[in-house]
Amino acid sequence: MITQIPLVYYLALAAALFCIGSFGALSRRNAIAVLMGIELMLNAVNINLVAFWRYGAADPLVDQAGIVFALFVITLAAAEAAIGLALIIAIYRSRDTVNVEEINLLKW
Amino acid sequence: MDFGVFTEALVFYLFAALAVLAALGMVVARSPVRGALSLALVFVALAAMYILLNAPFLAVAQIMIYAGAVLILFLFVIMVLNPRTDILGARSRAQTLTALVFAGAFGLLMVIVLTSGQLAPPTGKFPPQVVAAQGHTEVIGALLFTQFLLPFEIASMLLLIAIVGAMVLARREKGARKNIEG
Repeated sequence: MITQIPLVYYLALAAALFCIGSFGALSRRNAIAVLMGIELMLNAVNINLVAFWRYGAADPLVDQAGIVFALFVITLAAAEAAIGLALIIAIYRSRDTVNVEEINLLKW
Repeated sequence: MDFGVFTEALVFYLFAALAVLAALGMVVARSPVRGALSLALVFVALAAMYILLNAPFLAVAQIMIYAGAVLILFLFVIMVLNPRTDILGARSRAQTLTALVFAGAFGLLMVIVLTSGQLAPPTGKFPPQVVAAQGHTEVIGALLFTQFLLPFEIASMLLLIAIVGAMVLARREKGARKNIEG
């Protein structure tokens, strides 16, 4: 027995957070709230990576690929947030709204 | 970190409940600032999860990058744009239904997968005490500069591109200024 909390519990927590995040990203009209939902989904994936590293790696001391992957996901999330928020600011400047339903220049 | 069995279970359930509740609070919050602060709670709870999983470096990185940088960025944009609170809460019934169907379908899939018992049993052979005694920040640093050097460099290039791109995108153009101020 490694630890008392089974791996499945962590996966279940990650799945729950991913579901909530995807609901938030899909149901909101405010572009900022959509980005927040995406951040939540990326965080949920990180739990999976770390949990699989902790429970699945043959030698957690040497084989730290799971941690490194989680670090890269954090990096990507930071870059994505910066670009996404810059886009929102640019759109707000030209169209005076952050409502994704009113931003329909590419529709049809 | 040598957690007792009871303490470990208590910390897990406490922070798992906190993370889920805060995530729900973020999704239903009408005010954008309240949503962002709920998101901060989720980040902190997940940092506690990382410590429980013997990844203290990642926990600190989580607090520094997410709660420290990304969230402040969100709050700054909310402050700059100051979107009316009613926009955030407003959503059509059809859109909520669609989102519920998709999130629910994914949740159902996850429940089926997790309860099917197809997951391999844990194979790690190192107890938490050993991992904690050696520390893993050193190992991560060595890995980043040897085995994962190329992804590391690509990530740094990506961050550079993101910085430049964000500045270019958010820059106020001369024509646009006339439009807004005129």
